[in-house]
Amino acid sequence: MASASQVFPPTDAFPAVDQNYLLEARQMQALSFAMHIPLVCFGVAFPAMVIFMEWLGLRTGKIHYTAIARRWSKVMITLFAAGVVTGTLLSFELGILWPGFMSVFGDVFGLAFGLEGFSFFIEAIFIAIYVYGWDRLSPRKHLLTGIPVMVSGLTGSLMVIAVNAWMNNPSGFEVVGGEVTDVQPWSALFGNGHLWPQLTHMYLAAYVVVGFLIAGVYAFSWLKGRRSAYFRTAMVVPLAIACLAAPTQILIGDWAARTVARDQPIKLASFEGLYKTTKGAPETVLGWYTDENTIEYGIEIPKLLSLLAYHDPNATVQGLETVAEEDRPPINVVRIAFQTMVAVGTGLAALAAWFLFSWWRRKRLPRSKWFYRAVIAAGPAAVVALIAGWVTTEVGRQPWVVYGVMRTEEAVSGADGIVFGYAALVVVYVALFTAVFWVLRKLARTPLPPEIVALEHAGGSRVDAAGLRVNERPGAGSGGGTDRKGGGDGSG
Amino acid sequence: MDLADIPVLLMLIGIAAYVVLAGADFGSPFWTLTARGERAGEIREQTHRSMAPVWEANHVWLIFVLVVCWTAYPEVFGSIFSTLWIPLIVGCLGIIMRAVGYVVGGYATRRWVTWMATVASFVTPFMFGAVVGGVVSGRVPVGNAEGDIISSWLNPTSMTIGVVAVTLCAYLAAVYLAADADRKGRADLADAFRIRGLAAGVVTGLVAAAGVVVLREDSRFVYEGLTSGLGLADLAVSAVAGIVTLGLLALRRFPAARYTAAAAVVTIVAGWGIAQSPYILPPDLTVAEAAAADNVLIGLLVAIAIGLLILIPSLLLLYGLVLAGRFDPAGGDVVDHPDLVEGGTAVHLTDLDLPKRRSVGLTILVATTGAAMTLVFDDGAGLYAGVAMLIGALATGCVLLAISLAARQDEAPEG
Repeated sequence: MASASQVFPPTDAFPAVDQNYLLEARQMQALSFAMHIPLVCFGVAFPAMVIFMEWLGLRTGKIHYTAIARRWSKVMITLFAAGVVTGTLLSFELGILWPGFMSVFGDVFGLAFGLEGFSFFIEAIFIAIYVYGWDRLSPRKHLLTGIPVMVSGLTGSLMVIAVNAWMNNPSGFEVVGGEVTDVQPWSALFGNGHLWPQLTHMYLAAYVVVGFLIAGVYAFSWLKGRRSAYFRTAMVVPLAIACLAAPTQILIGDWAARTVARDQPIKLASFEGLYKTTKGAPETVLGWYTDENTIEYGIEIPKLLSLLAYHDPNATVQGLETVAEEDRPPINVVRIAFQTMVAVGTGLAALAAWFLFSWWRRKRLPRSKWFYRAVIAAGPAAVVALIAGWVTTEVGRQPWVVYGVMRTEEAVSGADGIVFGYAALVVVYVALFTAVFWVLRKLARTPLPPEIVALEHAGGSRVDAAGLRVNERPGAGSGGGTDRKGGGDGSG
Repeated sequence: MDLADIPVLLMLIGIAAYVVLAGADFGSPFWTLTARGERAGEIREQTHRSMAPVWEANHVWLIFVLVVCWTAYPEVFGSIFSTLWIPLIVGCLGIIMRAVGYVVGGYATRRWVTWMATVASFVTPFMFGAVVGGVVSGRVPVGNAEGDIISSWLNPTSMTIGVVAVTLCAYLAAVYLAADADRKGRADLADAFRIRGLAAGVVTGLVAAAGVVVLREDSRFVYEGLTSGLGLADLAVSAVAGIVTLGLLALRRFPAARYTAAAAVVTIVAGWGIAQSPYILPPDLTVAEAAAADNVLIGLLVAIAIGLLILIPSLLLLYGLVLAGRFDPAGGDVVDHPDLVEGGTAVHLTDLDLPKRRSVGLTILVATTGAAMTLVFDDGAGLYAGVAMLIGALATGCVLLAISLAARQDEAPEG
């Protein structure tokens, strides 16, 4: 299917253009995605953790749970704000960089973005009500306003992934004489075999990324000797989620890879750098794909690729040789990204196994300092795996923007000067992420509410006792003042 | 009205909502910057507090407009975004800079942040106004960057609409902030914003009147649409709404002024639609020619209808809470954990129930079965059932494990 060099004849209005900066346009899009995707993880996975903490607080009456939920909710809205605007930029870039793609196929997948827009709307509304509604709504109502945030995070990512899955496995339209006709948007978007594995893979990735990043913050506190119930709880809850999601991700990743093997054989071949169509194909780990279509310095494991891709050690795997060179993606980028993702994912699962084993056998947290150091490293590592995963699927789709139907150079804008836009974008992103980083650091340094500080000083005493002691102070109920978002009083 | 016209109508509604709601986001830093003396700090804080809870939701209207455009009129979207890419990306970067103001604004005032937000408050409305100018003056031909990437937005019509957009945002912000200050019983602040609103209103009116003359020279087609029939009537309504707003401001009727100011904006956007009809990209491409196939439009409208069913009550809830002052500092009914503290003592302080062995065992069983099924089945119901079991067990497992871990953390730390 992917062998013809130009399956899609350009329309009169949008002929393929001469864009000298196609690579820069792709980099600009890639940079914007790479900045946005980690923020998306927080929109998808973090609300559930915050709500869980709040629920624990309501369920038990213990204040440290609520204090954690409040603190996290402020982190959540800060990252959401950054996500809103980086997401807005992405939708602008779709038109600015890829007008050919949008003009020809906007009607096929636009519907999903419409539904995504509403999810985004709901998330923005309820995240504001949730964060600004502490102490203003009754606790139960407040908890309930968190639910739409969680749900819309899921539906929003469902819609975006539906579009991406369609780009990888396009259907729901006919191309007749250079015109797209017979558009069936619903079946194109939601009747697509790639949607569910991609969505599940991304959804779990979000929990792994957020779980390890948040746990890492408190693992750092642990190493610094701050080990009160507040800090330990804030570490173990996200850690529990990440440590269960990470091993599950291996199974889901296998499902996603099998889907690629079935529908995008050339993409699979570039994951592996497999040139010749091979029966009982080996898996080659590490190494570099050369111009002679061989892998240098790789470690070959016989029959593993066939086993993984088709669950049959003697299955035949299609090689890169079956398509013209111009129809192959840049092999090394894809292959290295893929191997990075798999390696980091495996490492995270191993870390998870360490944690789960020590909890199961000894009912305590690991004692080794190396465990906590590993948790600190796991967050950034998970982000690396996340981005590597997106590089794998998106660069692996090249040279197609719509797999096997429209090439990326047919989609790109013909406008001059795109590189200047790229430069401006970098400058503004530096400012944005500096600001976000500065606010998060400021939040981290904001003193804890007095009742939690008392708890920390109480050392080994039970939390509820400490909590009661503090609650008995008159007016202590509103002592969350230092921990309440209310304009310029956040610093203390 | 044809099916093909409904999406463009929705786009106009979205644009009107974006200007009415997000316009004030962009106008407010202007007042922050120009605030001097002892009240400056108050004006800054008031501005931040009024806008912070709603600005993210306000911005989603822009996304809504883009999405409707590329789904219903894909070639129009591609043509506008390729030809007018410069003002569009600069305007969008302005949105990001504005966001930096909100993100940091809750925690501190920093000179570079105020500066960035202020630059954004000029740049974004101006650039988006210039985009509109490029379209109405017929400088965006159909095609991939077919128009001139400079003169399509550096032209008299674009400049005029850009300037009107900037002053309009400042005006809206002043009117809303006056109403907010009034609601909080801050008559002095309300008065400060009232004077700013009056000044900005007069300036906006004058620039808009001058703009009509520019349109006459530079965008004849739209000018004729605006100065005859329905367009003229609309223009008159807009002018009346603007003048009434000034009167209401002068009389300190702030809540009413908020709505008439919004009405003036809505009629301006409506006038644009009327004047340009039936063209979506004048002078050649009509709405009907640009529209996607009927089933696509119906699908989009169904999606929007479903979305609105959920969106409208949610928006009403948010704006209701904001306008009732529930998010004001120390305003409204502050609920102080009635569940947790009652008469100074905590009620129902309970320990977490540790998960039962049976439920843990069942979860592990379901997870293992699900995992095996995802590995065994290549496709079809077996695979999907396996994945569903696996994910269900994962979710349950996360809750059970997190509860049992959290419960143990109440005890003394070891070591």
